Amino acid sequence: MTDFIDIAALDDIPRQGARVVKTPLGCIAIFRTADDQVFALEDRCPHKGGPLSEGIVHGSQVTCPLHGWVFDMATGLAQGADEGAVRSFAARTEGGRVLLDAAFMARRSAA
Amino acid sequence: MAEKLVIIGAGMASGRMLEHLLEAAPGQFDVTLFNGEPRGNYNRLMLSPVLSGEKTYEQIVTHDDAWYAANGVTCRFGEAVVRIDRDRKVVVSKGGETAYDKLVIATGSAPFIIPVAGKELPGVVTYRDLEDTNAMIAAARPGASAVVIGGGLLGLEAAAGMAARGASVTVIHLMGHLMERQLDPAAGYLLQKDLERRGITVHCKGATKAILGTDRAEAVLLEDGTVYPADLVCMAVGIRPETRLANDAHLEVGRGVVVDDQMMTSDPSIFALGECVEHDRQLFGLVAPLYDQAKVLARALIGEAAAFRPVQTATKLKVTGVDLFSAGDFAEGPGREDIVFRDPGRGIYKRLILEGDRLLGAVMYGDTADGSYFFDLIKQGKDVSDLRETLIFGPAFAGGSKADPLAAVAALPPEAEICGCNGVCKGKIVQAIEGGATSLDAIRATTKASASCGTCTGLVEQVLQLTLGADFVLPTVQTLCKCTDHTHEDVRRLIKSMGLKSIPAVMQELGWKTVGGCASCRPALNYYLLADWPLDYQDDRQSRFVNERNHANIQKDGSYTVVPRMWGGLTTPDELRAIADAAEKYAVPMVKVTGGQRIDLVGVRKEDLPAIWSDLNAAGMVSGHAYSKGLRTVKTCIGSQFCRFGTQDSTGLGVKLEKLLWGSWTPAKVKLGVSGCPRNCAEATCKDIGVICVDSGYQISVAGAAGLEVKETELLMTVATEEEAMEVIAAFTQLYRENARYLHRIYKWVAKVGLDWCKDQMADPDTRRALYDRFMISQSVYQKDPWAEHAATPAEWAPIADLTLRAAE
Ligand SMILES: Cc1cc2nc3c(=O)[nH]c(=O)nc-3n(C[C@H](O)[C@H](O)[C@H](O)COP(=O)(O)OP(=O)(O)OC[C@H]3O[C@@H](n4cnc5c(N)ncnc54)[C@H](O)[C@@H]3O)c2cc1C
Repeated sequence: MTDFIDIAALDDIPRQGARVVKTPLGCIAIFRTADDQVFALEDRCPHKGGPLSEGIVHGSQVTCPLHGWVFDMATGLAQGADEGAVRSFAARTEGGRVLLDAAFMARRSAA
Repeated sequence: MAEKLVIIGAGMASGRMLEHLLEAAPGQFDVTLFNGEPRGNYNRLMLSPVLSGEKTYEQIVTHDDAWYAANGVTCRFGEAVVRIDRDRKVVVSKGGETAYDKLVIATGSAPFIIPVAGKELPGVVTYRDLEDTNAMIAAARPGASAVVIGGGLLGLEAAAGMAARGASVTVIHLMGHLMERQLDPAAGYLLQKDLERRGITVHCKGATKAILGTDRAEAVLLEDGTVYPADLVCMAVGIRPETRLANDAHLEVGRGVVVDDQMMTSDPSIFALGECVEHDRQLFGLVAPLYDQAKVLARALIGEAAAFRPVQTATKLKVTGVDLFSAGDFAEGPGREDIVFRDPGRGIYKRLILEGDRLLGAVMYGDTADGSYFFDLIKQGKDVSDLRETLIFGPAFAGGSKADPLAAVAALPPEAEICGCNGVCKGKIVQAIEGGATSLDAIRATTKASASCGTCTGLVEQVLQLTLGADFVLPTVQTLCKCTDHTHEDVRRLIKSMGLKSIPAVMQELGWKTVGGCASCRPALNYYLLADWPLDYQDDRQSRFVNERNHANIQKDGSYTVVPRMWGGLTTPDELRAIADAAEKYAVPMVKVTGGQRIDLVGVRKEDLPAIWSDLNAAGMVSGHAYSKGLRTVKTCIGSQFCRFGTQDSTGLGVKLEKLLWGSWTPAKVKLGVSGCPRNCAEATCKDIGVICVDSGYQISVAGAAGLEVKETELLMTVATEEEAMEVIAAFTQLYRENARYLHRIYKWVAKVGLDWCKDQMADPDTRRALYDRFMISQSVYQKDPWAEHAATPAEWAPIADLTLRAAE
């Protein structure tokens, strides 16, 4: 089940940048690529907890600002020699707005 | 007693001859070497890399003072010989007469000057020696314009070199296409397109009418009325043998000094070699045959039998990123046939010229890997009728499967030439490798292959690879990052020469292999672009590391540090009070004094940054840039205002320097120190730039380090006044900004370019002033307080949405 909710205007997020959404589960980073795709990842690198929202966004990848781990934003998987994954969430744009699938919060409150 | 050997001209030909002579018969001759240029033998071919900034003069010296001393050669550099008296066997120079038993004329050639009005104006140069090169380097500043007359090898290397330094360059060429002696029209066209992509304007079929200007060259006027502005005009329209001495001495002279197979002139005591000679009615303009002459002459001088036979030469242009090769005869003619391959999309063109069963010539553009293979077929005069069907694809053609990059070299026979300049064949290199020369440097030392113009380096490495197999690890050039095959230096040069002004333009034009680059190249490119085009380029915040993007240093828990600027390490009670207030108001967990004489508020939350900046701004403080690859701090001691030892006002100078330099972005961080006396309490001698005040002025030293590496600074120059100290330091900072690789601290960069080069730049008042001016242009854009800017939009620093409330509903 999905539960897309309106988060912000797309233009509030810089191209090749990110903004953070606060949730009861911790912060989620919403990324915007150079060609206006959006991705949502937990804002915590599995390596040492670095804020991925502060990383450099290149193509559909982001590099953690603390120790340079690189993640594919679509899957959350670490790239190259590093192993691990960061939780990813569904996000999309509609009419210049960014929508985030908030089903993860519902599941939690249901549990 | 040793025979007296006098040599006129210390160029490439006589230099090589001396090497052979001294090796074969050390001590047999008492050698005196005259040179018009005020220096000994250097690799003239490499002037082009010096011009483009890829090499320094020091790196291209062939024989230094120590070499001449060790070999007992008497050097008379900067002293031209003006007359040869054959009857009395003496040469005459400003130092008087020098007697010889044997004389060698090696005067090279003189550039041809076209006889147009204005040719004598200052600002008109030729391209022959270090003086010419330095004149072009000085003129080729970004924004300057230069005109090169002549679109042959030399002219194009001059044009590309000046363009690489940022000048806007126009090439005027008389013929219908560039390099018409080496290229056919199709390849000439591809070359022209390549040069135009680098921002060079090419005007073919252009006849120069006059050089315009009153006190110095200002423009070039063509017969068709076109006018090109020119701060500098380089004439590269050809050379002619320098035969004046021989003429005056009534030696036999045709177009060059006539020599026989033993390099002997019409006087049995006088020999000649190099570009000044004519042998068998032929002149020479490339080093390969000259090196053969050098070998022959050395043997002739010691009475051994040898005879000079000219070899065929092939041509390559030494412009980074342009691959062209031509050899043999490629004019069209009856009975001649062409095989042509074109791939315009990739900019590749190959043409083979056949006559009957033999290959006569080859012209290749864009992909020249098979050049040696074809050159060898041409020289051998082999019957190629069996190969004809696939000949154009070279030796690696293997029916569609991916070609083995080594196949082309593997297919070469042992006698195939690898190094054209030094005439070294594959077999000789293989022999050297088997004899223990297992690295490129060792091959250069033992065979001289790849030691002159360097274009065969790749081939030599392939021979090493083939012969040694897995034992040879190709020394990889360090590319900027995995997104590109270019080095940092290439990228910097191409940004300037191709006029690339945005990150997407760099990635597109230089063939980036990834979309959007990576976290290594993006900050580097952002820096290069803002340093090279301060007025055109818009700083890209998203291509900066987190610290520079957020103007604060991120800590491991995601909090930040805030460091206000304290000019020269000075503060006031009011500032300290404001800092204390801020620390309390934002519950800053740690307050620390830094090594650079600042106060560091550690552990501030990101969303509090705009507010704390705003409070500190209100107390008159600005960002201390403690997070930047830029000017960090100027540390000072108390100085003459209070200290009983102080010789000058070191705190005052420190404050002035910091006010001059703050806000500038640099390849890596820059820290300064100013000490008021040689006791050096500000520890200036381990800083990137340090000033020690003395009674007579200011000693400016650079390239210190006190981090991972510890290194004392080295003296750049001593100046008398504060104003000069400030100009030198700003100019030196700009030199570093324009030339260093991203993330290289000053000490690393200076180790690469050489302190002497830096000193030369600073010693020339014009160069220094121009650097200073460019620094100030950049400061007009970048010297601004980022705190004030960002404090205005606090919302951007907070979360974009808060779902914790929604969950609570
Ligand atoms: C920029 C540039 C790039 C080049 N690139 C290539 C290349 O890639 N491949 C290639 O094969 N060739 C290249 N050449 C050509 C090559 O450099 C020459 O063929 C070679 O240097 C000629 O050697 P030489 O000894 O005859 O003359 P030079 O090297 O010119 O030496 C002659 C010396 O004699 C001195 N001299 C002249 N008259 C007197 C006098 N009266 N008294 C005392 N001294 C005197 C001069 O000052 C000079 O130092 C290039 C040349 C230039 C300028």
